Amino acid sequence: MSGADPEGDPGTDTADVPGEDDEESAMIRPKWGSDLFLIAKVVLATYALFFVVGVLSGAGVNATVGTIQSITFWAALFALGALALNLHWGYTGMFNIGIAGFMAIGAYTMSIAIASPDGTPAGFGLPIPIGILLGTIAAGIAGLVLVIPTLRVRADYFAIVTLGFSEIVRLSVQSRSLRQIGDTGYGTGGGQGIRATPVDSVVPWLFDQPIVGDVGGVILAAGEAVGIASSVTMRGMYTFILILFVVAFYVLLTRIAYSPFGRVLKAIREDELAAKSLGKRTDRAKIAAFAVGCALMGLVGTLWMGSRTHISPDHFMPLITFYVFVALIVGGAGSNTGSVIGGFAFAAFIFEGPRFVRTMVRANLGADFPRTAYGAFAEFGAGDPTALIGYVLYQQADEVRYIILGVVLIVLMIKRPDGLLGHRKEISAGVDLSRQGTVADGGRPAGGRTDASSPANGADETAAKDGGDRDE
Amino acid sequence: MEVIAMSDVEPEVADADAVERAESDADETASRAVENPILEVEDLEKRFGGIVAVDGASFAVEQGSITGLIGPNGAGKSTTFNCITGVHQPSGGRVVFDDEDITGDEPHQVANRGLVRTFQIARELPEMTVLENMMLAPKNQIGESLWRSVLPYFRDEVIEQEEELRERAWETLEFFEIDHLAEEYAENLSGGQRKLLELARALQTEPEMLMLDEPMAGVNPTLERKLLDHIHELREQGYTFLIVEHDMDVIMNNCERVIVMHQGAVLDRGTPAEIKANEQVIEAYLGGEV
Repeated sequence: MSGADPEGDPGTDTADVPGEDDEESAMIRPKWGSDLFLIAKVVLATYALFFVVGVLSGAGVNATVGTIQSITFWAALFALGALALNLHWGYTGMFNIGIAGFMAIGAYTMSIAIASPDGTPAGFGLPIPIGILLGTIAAGIAGLVLVIPTLRVRADYFAIVTLGFSEIVRLSVQSRSLRQIGDTGYGTGGGQGIRATPVDSVVPWLFDQPIVGDVGGVILAAGEAVGIASSVTMRGMYTFILILFVVAFYVLLTRIAYSPFGRVLKAIREDELAAKSLGKRTDRAKIAAFAVGCALMGLVGTLWMGSRTHISPDHFMPLITFYVFVALIVGGAGSNTGSVIGGFAFAAFIFEGPRFVRTMVRANLGADFPRTAYGAFAEFGAGDPTALIGYVLYQQADEVRYIILGVVLIVLMIKRPDGLLGHRKEISAGVDLSRQGTVADGGRPAGGRTDASSPANGADETAAKDGGDRDE
Repeated sequence: MEVIAMSDVEPEVADADAVERAESDADETASRAVENPILEVEDLEKRFGGIVAVDGASFAVEQGSITGLIGPNGAGKSTTFNCITGVHQPSGGRVVFDDEDITGDEPHQVANRGLVRTFQIARELPEMTVLENMMLAPKNQIGESLWRSVLPYFRDEVIEQEEELRERAWETLEFFEIDHLAEEYAENLSGGQRKLLELARALQTEPEMLMLDEPMAGVNPTLERKLLDHIHELREQGYTFLIVEHDMDVIMNNCERVIVMHQGAVLDRGTPAEIKANEQVIEAYLGGEV
C-alpha cells in the first residue's frame, strides 16, 4: 500500500534535522532560515514523491498536479489550524477541542456579511475583506466570552466546555428558529446554510487587475503549455493566497513564542500556581492567548469556507477539530515549525493520500469494482484479487483515511511521542540566551551540556532513536 | 512582664496595639517583641469545611532576619504560608506586609509587593530550561503584554530589556553555582538542584522577603550547607527570610528567631535558646499532651 510507503520518507527526512539542531544550538532559538529550509525540504520531497509516483503510475500530469494543488490547499488550511491551536494547546496548555465551533462562527459571520441582500437568507452584501475581518473579530469575541467564566476550570473540564461550545454553535446555526430571524430576512439558513460569493472569487478579480493579471496570465499560459488545466491554476492561485496567510500566522505566532509573553504562556502550561507565585498575571495572559487563538481559528474558518459558494452546519462537525489536533500532534505540539510540517504531512499522507491512491487505481485498473464487501470477497474467492483491491482503495478510499489515521497515531505515540520534529528546545525569549561577553565563557555552555546531559537519559534516548531512524 | 516589654519598645511604637499584644501574651519578654516587623500576621484563621487548619495564629517577622517556623506535622505551617501568599483565602485575621494590608490578595499581587515564596515540593517549570525559568521571574517585564511583544516598534524595547534580564539571570545562576545547568530542562535537575533553582528564580523577582517552605527537604548535606551559606549571604544583603523546616538543628543553628506552631496556633516564639528551654515545645514534638 502506498500509504505506508510515502510515510517513511518524510519521517526519515526530518528525523536527522532536529538532531543536528540540538547539537549546534541548544541555547539558541531555532533560526528562521533553517526552519524555513526544513519546511521547504519536507514539502519539496513530498511533491517530488507524489509527482514521480503519479507520473509513473500513469495517473497523468493533470491529475497529479491537481492532487499536489489539493494537498497544498489542505496543507495550508491544516497548518493554519494547527498554528492557532498550538497557541492554545502547545503553548498555554489550554485543551481547546472546540476548534470547529470557532471556525463556524468566523465562516458564518463572514457569509452573512457578504451574502447578497436579495438571497434567502439575506446578507449585508459587504465586500469580502470586511466579511473576513468581521468573521475573525466575531470568533475572537466568542473566545473571550467563553474563556472568562472558565478560567479556573481544569484542563479536562475545559476540554468538555469547548467541545460543548462548538456543538452548541453548530446546532444553533442548524436550528429552525435561527433559520430566519423574525421577519428580517436575515438568519443562518438552518440546515440549508447560506449561499454567498466565494472568497476565492478574489482570484478572477485579481486577474482583471493591471499587473497582477498579467503575471497571472503568464502563469496560466505556462500551466496550459505543460498540460495543466486553467481551473487547476486558478485554484492554485487561491492556495497561494492561503500560503501567504500561513506565513503571516507563522510570523505572528513565532513572535509571540519568542517573547516574555510566550514565556508566561509556557509557564502557565507547566505550572500555573508557580507562575502566579512569581507575580505573573496568568489570568490576563490566558484570556489574551485564548481570544487571539480563537480569532485566528475564525479566520481559518473564513478562508476554508471561502473556496465554496455555500456553507452549512455539516461542514463544522467535531471531526474537523480532530483533524487539526492530529495535524498538530504529527508535527509536534509546542513548535510553530512543527505545526506547519504537521499540517502538511497530515494533508499529504492522511487526508489526500487515499484519494491519490484512488486516482491511481482508476488509471490502472478502471473504475468497475464491486460496491459491497460481499461482492468484493465473492470475486476475490473466484480468483480475481483486483476486485478486493479496487473495493478497498477505490470504493472505500475515504474510509481508508481513518485506518491510516489510526495507524499513524499509534506508531507516532510509540516511536515519536513528541511529533515528527521531536522534542525541540525552543527557547521562549526575545533574545539568544547563551552567555554573552568574553571568549572564555564561550566554551562554558557546551561543556555544561555534556556533563548535564548524562543524567538526562531522556535526551540520550531521543538521540539514540534519531540514530536508529537514520540507519533504517 | 508588661513593664519589661514596654521598656524595650520605643515610646512611639508603644501604641495600643503593642500594649494589647504584650498583655495578651503573658510570656512576652524583651526578646520576643519584634521591633521592626516586615510581616505581621494577626489572628489568622483558615477552615476547610469542619477542619480548622489555622486557628488564630499571630506572629511577626523582623526585617532582615532569618526566622524559622517550626511545628509538628499538621500544625498548619504550610496552610499559614498559603494564606499569607494568597494561595488560600484566609477565613479570618489579617496579614500586613510592609505596612500594607495584603489579606486575601491574589498570589501575583503578593509577589509583586515583594513577598515571594518557594514550595515544599519544588515547583520548577519542568519543560522549560533553567534559563527560561530564570527569565520568567523578573517583575515589570514590558514584553509580558501581548501587543508589545508582537508589534515591531515596541518589540525593540522588549529585546533591550531581555538583554538586561539575561545578564541578571546568568549572574544569579553563577551565584548559586548552577550556571553549568543553564540550558538543561528543569525536569532533568536533581531534587536539590531544583530547590536551588527555585530559590534562584524567586530572587530574580527582586523580593524584599522570601518565604521558603522546607528548603532542605530531600537535599543532601553538602548541598544543604551550600544552601544555608547562600541564605546567610543573602540575609547580609538585606533580604528577610521566613523558613519552614523540620530539621531542628538547621533551625536552631541558623535562625535568630523561631516561631513554633501547634494545632493551628502559635505555641511560642523567641530565640532558639528560649525555644529549646520551653517544655511545651518539646512535648508538642514528642506528641505529649498540651
